[in-house]
Amino acid sequence: MTITDTVTAAGIQLGGLTKSFGAVRAVDNIDLVVAPGETVALLGPNGAGKSTTIDMLLGLLKPDMGDVRVFGMAPAEAVKIGAIGAMLQTGQLIRDLKVRELLAMMASLYPNPAAIDDVVDITGIGDIADRLTNKLSGGETQRVRAGIALISNPDLLVLDEPTVAMDVEGRHVFWTSIRRIAASGKTVVFATHYLEEADSYADRIVLMARGRIVADGPTTEIKATVGLRTIRVTLPNVETDDLSALDGVKSSERRGDAAVLHCTDSDVAIRALLREFPAASDIEIAGAGLEQAFLLLTGDQESEDLS
Amino acid sequence: MSLTYLRYELLRTLRNRRFFVFTLAFPLVFFYLIAGANRHATLGGLSLPTYYLAGMASFGTMMAMVSTGGRIAAERQAGWNRQLRLTPLSPRNYFRAKVATGYMMALITMVLLFIAGATLGVHLQAGHVGEMVLLVIVGLIPFAALGIFVGHMVTPDSMGPVMGGGVSVLAFLGGAWGPVGGDSGFMHDVSQAIPTYWLVQAGHVLVGEKAWSATGWIVVAAWTVVLVALAARAYQRDTKRV
Repeated sequence: MTITDTVTAAGIQLGGLTKSFGAVRAVDNIDLVVAPGETVALLGPNGAGKSTTIDMLLGLLKPDMGDVRVFGMAPAEAVKIGAIGAMLQTGQLIRDLKVRELLAMMASLYPNPAAIDDVVDITGIGDIADRLTNKLSGGETQRVRAGIALISNPDLLVLDEPTVAMDVEGRHVFWTSIRRIAASGKTVVFATHYLEEADSYADRIVLMARGRIVADGPTTEIKATVGLRTIRVTLPNVETDDLSALDGVKSSERRGDAAVLHCTDSDVAIRALLREFPAASDIEIAGAGLEQAFLLLTGDQESEDLS
Repeated sequence: MSLTYLRYELLRTLRNRRFFVFTLAFPLVFFYLIAGANRHATLGGLSLPTYYLAGMASFGTMMAMVSTGGRIAAERQAGWNRQLRLTPLSPRNYFRAKVATGYMMALITMVLLFIAGATLGVHLQAGHVGEMVLLVIVGLIPFAALGIFVGHMVTPDSMGPVMGGGVSVLAFLGGAWGPVGGDSGFMHDVSQAIPTYWLVQAGHVLVGEKAWSATGWIVVAAWTVVLVALAARAYQRDTKRV
C-alpha cells in the first residue's frame, strides 16, 4: 500500500489561518483548499505572507489561530510518514558529502523513500551526483535541494520561491523537472513573485497581498487581473479626473508635472491620450509591478505611495 | 536512529579539514614536539611522555566533542536544521548522532595518541587503557552538552576564536599542558573544579594512578547538569525563533 491510497479527498486544507509577528499581521485569516494533484502558485510581492503561510503549512511555525490539515493530518504527522517534501526559501546544503551520499543520508530517515536514481534522474543532477555539495553552483544547489524535497517520495511538494538563485537557463531546467513531477500526480504548491512563473507552471493562482488572499482562480483569469500596464507621461495642468475618464484607463495619479495612468488596455489608452492631449510628452509604457497591481486590486489607499 | 544516517554523519566529519587539524594533527604534533624532546624527563610525578599523552588526549578528545558545536552552528546558518525538521528525524536523534560522532572522533584521537606514545616508549597495560577510555567517555559528557550549547549560541564566523580560545583556556586550566597550581592552594582548587582536569586525570590511570576521587565525579556531574540545562534552553530558544 502506498501513501497515496490513504489520502483523503482534500490535499491541503487551511482554515482561518492567522499569524502575527509583533504588531504586524503577516497572515490574516486565510482559507484555502487544494485538491490532490493540483499545481497551485502562491503569487504575491515580498511581505505578502507567502512564506509565513508555507511555514505554517509545513508545521515549522505555529499559527496564532486557525487550522492546517495535510491529507487529513496535522503537518507533523504528514512529515513523519514522508508525505510532504519541501524546498524552503533560504537554505544551503551541508558540506563534505557527495550529492548522492547526501541523498542517501536523507533517504535513510524515511519509511518509504524514493529510489535515489529516480530522484537523480528527475531533477537532472546525474552529472553532479559524485561532486561534493560544497563545490556546486547556485543553480546546481537548488536542483539538489529539489532532489532532497523529493527523496521521501512525497505526495505534496512545497516550493518556496525555488528559482530565486537561478539564472534563466537554470530556471528552465528546474521547471521542466517540476512539471514532470506534477504530471506524475503529485500535489505541488509553490510561492513566487514572478507572474510568468505562476502563469507558465500552475493550474491555479492564489494571489496574496498583505497577509490575505485577494484573488484565487484559474491561471488565465488571474493573469488578466494583474497583467495591468501603466503609462507615465509628462503633462502639466490636466486634472487626474480627466485622465481617469480616458478609454482604457482605470485610474490615474499625479506626480509633479508627470501623471501615471493605470490601464486596463494600454493600446486603447495611449490612442485616447494622444487624441485628447496632444501636449503629452516623455511617454513610457510599462507592465505594472505586482506590488502596483495588488494595490489597485486591494484598493488600499494608505500605502499607495509605497512603490 | 538509522545507521546509514550515522555513517554519513561520521564520513562528513572525517572529510572536514578542521577535524584533522585541531583534533588529530595538533595533539599529535605537540605530543611529539614536547614529549619527543624530553622523553626521560618527569612532570607532576609522571614520566613526561605519559603526562603529555594524557594531556593531549584530553585536549584532542575535548576538541573532538566540542567541535560538534561548530557543525551545529554551521548547519543552523545553512538553514539545515529547518530542513531536518521536515524529516522524521527527532531533535533527540539529531543530537545523538552528533554526540556519537564526537565520541567516535575522540576514540580515533586516543588510538592515534596511544600509537604515538608507544613509539616514544610509553608502556601501557590493556587494563589501564580500558579504564582510561571509560573515564574519558564519562568525562566528555559535559563537553557534549557544551558543544550543543555553543552550537546554538555562536555563529560559525566566531566559532574559531570561541573554540580555539575557550577550549585552549579550559585545557590549560585543567592541566593539559602541565600541572596548574601545584598540590594545593587557590589555583589548584580552580583547576580541580574544571572538567578538563578530570579528563587529564583519566589519562593518569595509564600509569596505575587511582581513578577519579569523589570530587572528580561530583565536578563532572555538576558541569553536566548545568551545561545540559543551558543547551536545552539554547535549543528551545532557537527553534522558537524558527
